[in-house]
Amino acid sequence: MRVIFILVITMFASLPVLPALAQTPSEAEIELRAKEVGRALRCVVCQNQPIEESDASLAQDMRKLVRARIRKGDSNEEVMAFMQNRYGDFVLLKPPVQANTYLLWFTPAALLGFFLIWYVVRVRRGSAKIDAPTLSADELKRFTALANDQEKNQ
Amino acid sequence: MKLTWKGIIPLVVFLALGIAFAIGLTKDPSKLPSQMINRPFPDFSLPDLLDMDATIDQSYFDGQVTLVNIFGSWCVACDQEHPVLMKLARNNEIPILGVDWRDTVEKGRRWLARGGNPYTRVVFDADSMLAIDLGVTGAPESFIVDKQGNIRYKFIGPISEKIWRDELKPFVLMLEAEQ
Repeated sequence: MRVIFILVITMFASLPVLPALAQTPSEAEIELRAKEVGRALRCVVCQNQPIEESDASLAQDMRKLVRARIRKGDSNEEVMAFMQNRYGDFVLLKPPVQANTYLLWFTPAALLGFFLIWYVVRVRRGSAKIDAPTLSADELKRFTALANDQEKNQ
Repeated sequence: MKLTWKGIIPLVVFLALGIAFAIGLTKDPSKLPSQMINRPFPDFSLPDLLDMDATIDQSYFDGQVTLVNIFGSWCVACDQEHPVLMKLARNNEIPILGVDWRDTVEKGRRWLARGGNPYTRVVFDADSMLAIDLGVTGAPESFIVDKQGNIRYKFIGPISEKIWRDELKPFVLMLEAEQ
């Protein structure tokens, strides 16, 4: 009876601890998030590979650091900011949208828009030309006669 | 054939691209602009390669202009740079803090025993703790730290006598003249 009582007490006593346990990410969660962050960070020595896929020793250490920071409670964004703070925008595989990257981000859309407008204007102008007066019945007769002559001569 | 303004468009586009690419080619993509200039040297606390029980931290930079040099026994260009650093040390030009990066204690010590030790102290950074904090991408890489412990200059690649004389030393003298 006493044993059960103690068990029940300890169960209830441990209840407030449970949310605290949920706060610290599990190893699986750390690994999942580290992979996500690692795929978005450029390996600074191999330049066109994310650190998650690179065999470079510096990339290995960066992966370790990413995991260590996530384990310490950093959010993914905080880890990215930490790396950006040290290696600059270059370390981010996806360039941030800011003054010096507007050209990069908006040129495709601007070009598409420009050519769409250009195309619409051209088509309108073209259809306006079709409204030109058509041949009268008399003119059409002369035209077919001429065309037939041409065919015979050939 | 008559040249119209529309006919010139391809030529203009070609020239603009040509100029953009020509400028791009003069830039070395492996040399990243440093984020660290004019920032305090990152806090660190790492073992001393020559006395693994002792630790070195940022208090090392107390009031003196220092050259911080990242090296490793595995780094080929460091062999090339080493005699220059030895000469700087012999002439008492500047205190040099070494950072032995991604190395083993044995190999690091052997490397210093072979060519001589130009460093006042050597930080042992096996796991890139300090190197990543410094935004280091390769070795050798050097930083000039001012009297207040701020990073003021970054040099990538081996320091030659010419680079020291023409580029780094004038900068060090300027920093030493600062209050």
